[in-house]
Amino acid sequence: MMQFSDWDILRNLLLAARWTLLLSLIAFTGGGLVGLCLTLARSLRNPLISGFIKAYVELFQGTPLLMQLFLAFFGLSLIGIDVDPWTAAGLSLTLFSSAFLHEIWRGCIDALPKGQWEACRTLGLSYLQTMRYVILPQALRIAIAPTVGFSVQIVKGTALASIIGFVELTKAGTMLNNATFQPFKVFAMVAVLYFIICYPLSLFAKHLENKTHVTR
Amino acid sequence: MSLVSIDQIHKYYGENHVLKGVDLKVAPGEVVSIIGRSGSGKSTLLRCINGLEAYQQGAIVVDSQAVEDDEYKLRLLSRSVGMVFQNFNLFPHMTAGENVMLAPKLVLGQDSKTSRAHAQELLEKVGLGDKFDAYPNNLSGGQQQRVAIARSLAMSPKVLLCDEITSALDPELVGEVLKVLEQLKAEGMTLILVTHEMNFARDVGDTVVFMHQGKVWETGPSDEVFASPQTSELQSFISAVL
Amino acid sequence: MSYQLNFSGLLPYLPQFAAGIWATIELTLISTFLGLLLGTIGAAGRNSRYRVARALWGCYVEIIRNTPFIVQLFFIFFGLPALGLKLSAWQAGMIAMVVNLGAYSTEIIRAGIDATPKGQWEAGKTLGLSRRQIFIRIVLPPAFQRVYPALVSQCIIVMLGSAVVSQISLEELTFAANFAQSRTFLSFESYLLTAVLYLVLALLMRQSFAFAAKRLFKNPSL
Repeated sequence: MMQFSDWDILRNLLLAARWTLLLSLIAFTGGGLVGLCLTLARSLRNPLISGFIKAYVELFQGTPLLMQLFLAFFGLSLIGIDVDPWTAAGLSLTLFSSAFLHEIWRGCIDALPKGQWEACRTLGLSYLQTMRYVILPQALRIAIAPTVGFSVQIVKGTALASIIGFVELTKAGTMLNNATFQPFKVFAMVAVLYFIICYPLSLFAKHLENKTHVTR
Repeated sequence: MSLVSIDQIHKYYGENHVLKGVDLKVAPGEVVSIIGRSGSGKSTLLRCINGLEAYQQGAIVVDSQAVEDDEYKLRLLSRSVGMVFQNFNLFPHMTAGENVMLAPKLVLGQDSKTSRAHAQELLEKVGLGDKFDAYPNNLSGGQQQRVAIARSLAMSPKVLLCDEITSALDPELVGEVLKVLEQLKAEGMTLILVTHEMNFARDVGDTVVFMHQGKVWETGPSDEVFASPQTSELQSFISAVL
Repeated sequence: MSYQLNFSGLLPYLPQFAAGIWATIELTLISTFLGLLLGTIGAAGRNSRYRVARALWGCYVEIIRNTPFIVQLFFIFFGLPALGLKLSAWQAGMIAMVVNLGAYSTEIIRAGIDATPKGQWEAGKTLGLSRRQIFIRIVLPPAFQRVYPALVSQCIIVMLGSAVVSQISLEELTFAANFAQSRTFLSFESYLLTAVLYLVLALLMRQSFAFAAKRLFKNPSL
């Protein structure tokens, strides 16, 4: 059997962490785009579309991310799409993120005082002008901090992709544990690596939040 | 010919009957003060005039345009009717000048140069010529409210609705805002104000409308109404606030 | 190509699903109670007069909030026995859930406490109450009520997150689904059914919390 030094363990974990980062980036970008479309669609105030989006959000926030991963993994193959863990994980994390990001952004738009809308109406601005010049610039500013904060949830969410066989940080950890029988050391290192990725994001989110509170 | 004509309007919030057949005529250049206890329907009436609130029965005509619950018509109406709010509702991410310039540029299609010059002029008129580049959160309440007045004047409205515009201000700042209103009256602007400033209503206003329980309870020339209120409700209201 | 969904194939496994649901509910009930308790203590700790106590609670919160639940679970279940602390799957799963909810609810409750007007502390002091009395009697109840919606959401997140404890063979709902799909190969059906069951559990939880709120808070308009 191969011997693993501490450095070997760390090196392998670091290599796997690349995939954690990449998957997070895909989920964040994809989720952001889908979430943006949902937010814009919702702002059309069509009851049918809004109802559909509400159900969509309820679905992704009311079921475990693990089930979503399983359903993407096994569901895609049912409709004849050849699924590898990459596709299943990328897809389900994107949809998961889109639901949460949409909720965050809609909350930011709703958080603006009603008077802003009324002032625009009395000035004769159209709905799109109101959105473009008054609502979105303000909503965007308060949305940045919670959006960065949610990216931490995405990074942590990618750990579940290990369960469908995606070799990222957590999966690498279990594999190294099976090879070394040093669970305490291995999982502590895994945890530390996640912490190193997530904590700066958390700090940044907190910093942004304080900043928007002061200038408001 | 009246500029604003309100004819028997009724307004319900669900079961709650808030306006019970209100009539009101406002002539061009007239300053009308609407007074009354909270919950008497005075703010609701004001917000019906520019369509912020829909009403269920009756008719409102402003500057020969009917006020109806129709997005497009309400946008046209907004060129004739300006509104100033209790909480200013300035756009916090824009400077004072940008606040004033926004609607003329977007709605009237003015170019930047024209709207900038006009905005500067209006800010000077309300005594804030040096605050063009200041953000709302760096202005006092009185200054913010004066910017808000300038912002609605930028659309050259025929009538300006003022919804308790001094109620959110510290007492020492009320005067500067009322002074602007006096000046507007002198220039012939039509004003309809919901107000708690009884002295202003008496001394500057032409007409006083006392609202009670969703109806116009008593109305008449300001000096007469305050000097000899006819109904016991208005008598007790005046003795409570003055 | 078309595929007929076959849910009837799962019928023989209904007892397993029922047992799984019950285990998930049990896990959730206990971890909600202990987790919120830990969170309340944590919020007091984060507000302590002693810098060391504040820092230690802060470390705990940040470590938990910035690492995945599954890694925490593996660390507790696989890692701690290496130090001689042997845990059953049930114990490890429970500890992981409590520790996780404890960290999040510490932050949530603390935010509620921070929103307390300074005048409340001052009023308590002028009435001669001790720091502890002010905290428990005056500050905590409205703070708890203020952040109740956020706490409810977090408890539901922990319930949904409990799906992961199937990975250490704790026999809850997801374990039942894994079991059924490994026997029947009806993977999609198993997980679809399970997802729906979780959705129902989440809705029920929200309802129960709303019901509890009516009993708990005497002045709902606070």
